[in-house]
Amino acid sequence: MNRYRMHLMVCGGTGCRSSQSVQIVENLNQELKKAGMDQEVQVVTTGCFGFCEKGPIVKIYPDNIFYVEVKPTDAAEIVAEHVVKGRTVQRLVYKDPAGGKQIPASTDMPFYGQQIRIALRNCGLIDPENIDEYISVDGYQALGKALSTMTQQQVVDTLKKSGLRGRGGAGFPTGLKWQAALKQKSDKKYIVCNADEGDPGAFMDRSVLEGDPHSVIEAMAIAGYATGADEGIVYVRAEYPLAVKRLKIAIAQAEEYGLLGKEILGSKFSFRIRLSLGAGAFVCGEETALLNSVEGSRGEPRMKPPFPAEKGLFGKPTIINNVETFANVCPILLNGPEWFASIGTEKSKGTKVFALSGKINNVGLAEVPMGITLREIVENIGGGVRDGRTFKAVQIGGPSGGCLPKSLLDIPIDYESLSAAGAMMGSGGMIVMDDTDCMVNIAKYYLDFTVDESCGKCTPCRVGNKRLFEILERITDGKGTMKDLDDLEVLGGTIRDASLCQLGQTAPNPVLSTLKHFRDEYIAHIVDKRCPSGVCQNLIHYVVVADKCIGCTVCARNCPVSCISGERKTAHVIDQERCTKCGVCFSKCPVDAIVKE
Amino acid sequence: MVNLTINGSALVVPDGSTILEAAKRVGIHIPTLCHLDLHEMRMVNQVASCRVCMVEVENRRGLVPACSTTVTEGMVVKTDTIRALKARRIVVELLLSDHPSDCLICERNRNCDLQSLAADLGIREVKFKGAMSTYKRDDSSFSLVRNPDKCILCRRCETMCGEVQTVGVYSAVDRGFMTTIGTAFDLPMKDTACTFCGQCVSVCPTGALTEVDNTRKVLDVLNRPGKVVIAQTAPAIRVALGEEFGMEPGTRVTGKMVSALRRIGFDYVMDTDFAADLTIIEEASEFVHRLQHGGTLPILTSCCPAWVKFFEHNFPDLLDIPSTCKSPHEMFGAVAKTYLATKLGVDPKNLVIVSIMPCLAKKYEAARPELSGEGEQNVDYVLSTRELGRMIRESGMDFANLPEEEFDNPMGQSSGAAAIFGTTGGVIEAALRTAYEWLTGNRLENVEFAQLRGMEGIREATVRINDLDVKIAIAHGLGNARKLLEKIQRGDATYHAIEIMACPGGCIGGGGQPYHHGDIEILKKRAAAIYSEDRAKTIRRSHENQDVMRLYGEFLGTPYGEKAHELLHTSYTKREKV
Repeated sequence: MNRYRMHLMVCGGTGCRSSQSVQIVENLNQELKKAGMDQEVQVVTTGCFGFCEKGPIVKIYPDNIFYVEVKPTDAAEIVAEHVVKGRTVQRLVYKDPAGGKQIPASTDMPFYGQQIRIALRNCGLIDPENIDEYISVDGYQALGKALSTMTQQQVVDTLKKSGLRGRGGAGFPTGLKWQAALKQKSDKKYIVCNADEGDPGAFMDRSVLEGDPHSVIEAMAIAGYATGADEGIVYVRAEYPLAVKRLKIAIAQAEEYGLLGKEILGSKFSFRIRLSLGAGAFVCGEETALLNSVEGSRGEPRMKPPFPAEKGLFGKPTIINNVETFANVCPILLNGPEWFASIGTEKSKGTKVFALSGKINNVGLAEVPMGITLREIVENIGGGVRDGRTFKAVQIGGPSGGCLPKSLLDIPIDYESLSAAGAMMGSGGMIVMDDTDCMVNIAKYYLDFTVDESCGKCTPCRVGNKRLFEILERITDGKGTMKDLDDLEVLGGTIRDASLCQLGQTAPNPVLSTLKHFRDEYIAHIVDKRCPSGVCQNLIHYVVVADKCIGCTVCARNCPVSCISGERKTAHVIDQERCTKCGVCFSKCPVDAIVKE
Repeated sequence: MVNLTINGSALVVPDGSTILEAAKRVGIHIPTLCHLDLHEMRMVNQVASCRVCMVEVENRRGLVPACSTTVTEGMVVKTDTIRALKARRIVVELLLSDHPSDCLICERNRNCDLQSLAADLGIREVKFKGAMSTYKRDDSSFSLVRNPDKCILCRRCETMCGEVQTVGVYSAVDRGFMTTIGTAFDLPMKDTACTFCGQCVSVCPTGALTEVDNTRKVLDVLNRPGKVVIAQTAPAIRVALGEEFGMEPGTRVTGKMVSALRRIGFDYVMDTDFAADLTIIEEASEFVHRLQHGGTLPILTSCCPAWVKFFEHNFPDLLDIPSTCKSPHEMFGAVAKTYLATKLGVDPKNLVIVSIMPCLAKKYEAARPELSGEGEQNVDYVLSTRELGRMIRESGMDFANLPEEEFDNPMGQSSGAAAIFGTTGGVIEAALRTAYEWLTGNRLENVEFAQLRGMEGIREATVRINDLDVKIAIAHGLGNARKLLEKIQRGDATYHAIEIMACPGGCIGGGGQPYHHGDIEILKKRAAAIYSEDRAKTIRRSHENQDVMRLYGEFLGTPYGEKAHELLHTSYTKREKV
């Protein structure tokens, strides 16, 4: 194996790839070759660094220089300046938006400052397509430790002691789940990895699978050993082609190394893993619907109990854990449960990966210790609200989560606090909204998603959520009544109480939480027939302010339905009857004479 | 045993009981809709999809469905809290908000589970109005009509068709509010592997699945000058028709039925039971022939058209083992349009045969091309028991007080062996009574073969005839039939004769019978009535039916002979699985 003096780590996650990081790798390699340094400097395609806002990312080791927004054309300069002459390319270094100071080391950036990376420990550090790199960072040591020094019960006890809870949303203690499966007597047991990440805006599971697939594979094998299962299935959505590809490579390499297959590491334990591709139904992220889907049936939830640990895939005891949960397992075994339990709060241990998006400066993935406040995530890690606008709400927990207002920004991030506030941990999507977002419209948007993704099995979810959506539609159309607000609450309450699965039970959350925290916006739509954020099409009008209009005719010439009239150099008028509220005139007017009201 | 409390009263119930079952023991009725428990037929619909039976359980976050939640030790259940009542009501309102409110002209008017539930809960308005599902009605088949607009997605049809009958025509398709029950590739019913057994109709709680209504056509032909219209009634009708008029299940109304049919305007009222005796002569002859000439065994009964279509789709390699006998009502039609037409001096073209059947598949069967001689169908129209009930009600008769009348001759007399055709095991028992006496030359002391009776899905029996142990198997329900046939295919079992009926319980549980609303006791009472009909007959062996024997003497010649083959036997067609 070659020894290199320097490594150029280029992000190979889906986000950076879409910004040509593959080309960057190619160009860097060419430039290195030209400079005759390809034997002493290695370019590594890694997993996601998390700071997607500033991608593509190129990190230089051992210099610890973090280049952001790198273009393929920058490759020549990086090689010529940094690699050859040892001079940092200043223009590619991250600049702190507050103060504009250059911060060359990622560890000094506010985005990374408060993060503790356990699940994402290897993302951005190793080449996910090379098992040797995983092994070089203690990979498969946890499996070896479990197989050679621990009993099944000891592994389960370690998990229990660590306090690890399911990262897929519900937060069920992982150790208890494993214990339940271990207890079952059965000729066959399964380990299933739920990689059907479906929340809009959430991409932590994808990043783990793309950046560190072996961490999941190793953990599944440990789960197999701990519970007596010999078969693992990763249920991954087909829309994650890169994750699928890297999983396949990782499984093949692990098999080749004897880390999967028969009698692993000379023990009596055998374990195989296969992939099952999901076709994109959101509900298949619900564990029992997922099992149906793997079995080849319609993806619909089953009644619980019996829980999968008792009667799961093909009726056999089955552990289903989410990707991020598995990604936490190996460090717990290696560093001890006490170490893990020392991070976080009393009931929520360890870290959680959040996918920051929306109107926030630093879009990306951040892994933070439990107990950190929402404010710290939004303001420090996220860098605050984009474009200097005002923070309005943060939506947490995916489409079934809730919208929390400014007044709740200081609650700590843990399962219980978020639920109490009307949101939920969910898979960790976090979408920031500012004053230009209409909360009624936001609630409608999320409900539209769940209405569309409902499996249609039970009445409250199938019909109830549709009716909720229709009420919201009426309100945003300006046809709502105050009675609608009562109906939303009553109907939402019943849907939560009576639906069959979590999808239905949590679907009214966006409505109920916005109704609770942003009721005035609903009332404005209903009573004043006004959308305070100027979002709801049917409640806004574009009007020409006659005093300001200079009669340049730009608006009239650009109007796609020709509904603006007026002589040159005289004030123009918009025919409200024909106006489609497309907003073209508003954005084209050179003197801001057109206003939204 | 498990201890629990329901609405404050403590009780002890067996392990594995559901809250619904436990509540029933203490007289608490929890309303249900999608739930259907016919476990003796292996039909348990426990999908918990409607969410009507929601109850409160202490320390559980949400409400739980009583129909499918198993009781646990120390469970505290409350079925009547305001929270549960409210949820139940909203759920029913939601269902109604996506259901046409045309109850007045719906076939299930006064016989609909959703309607009854709304009435019981006293629903007076539907608060949440909005978009309604609209789908295409499928009336492509001769037997049943699908109107998905009225479907409440209880999934009973899917469970019945998929799990009990193993036909699997139905499946939920699409998602969310667009979810509907559909066929593979959205094929019209006529192009699917549907056997038209009608069990989906039997369990449908609303008007989403109904029979093809032939009452208008029959009324029309009854009033057409020059037509001679003959009614024939299947064995299972007379033990179920009374239910349509509020009579106790299992009441035998044979005489009143004949009387009602005459009053509706049928020129002659004859009996499919007569043809059942004829079927036995043919089938027993075929069986004896196969036994004595090394023919293919086992012989399978072929009276049930749903079963026939089932094996055509699913066991096309076994087409040579079913008996070639037509079903009794088709034999009746074939004989009526030849022998009887001559006797009555009526041009066969003017003779109209209307079968009253417990079955929806008979509607399809009547239209099978091989069962129509010279462009004329053996049977012209088929009415279900329910349709006859409607015609009687429409004509304003006081059914319970009608006089008892006799069938018309010469195709009205029948034996007790024919009567038991209506229940599972009956056909094979009837055939045995004849085959035994023919083969041994001895008269049976006791014509009742107890070992062939019962409600077990698959039954086996051995009957000693001369030197031979005749091995017999009986299956009812197509899923059971499949199991039996697969056993034979695998070579795991050998039989001499097998009776198969598509519907659980046999024809008494047919898809055209009065709705049982999930009460299995009704089917048992009908079966008991069938056996008492048998015992009440003076003749109990088909070969002692003098009118049948006269038919051979005057017209057909020898049983299983050339003329009999031409008129009374049929052929089968290989069909695709979908």
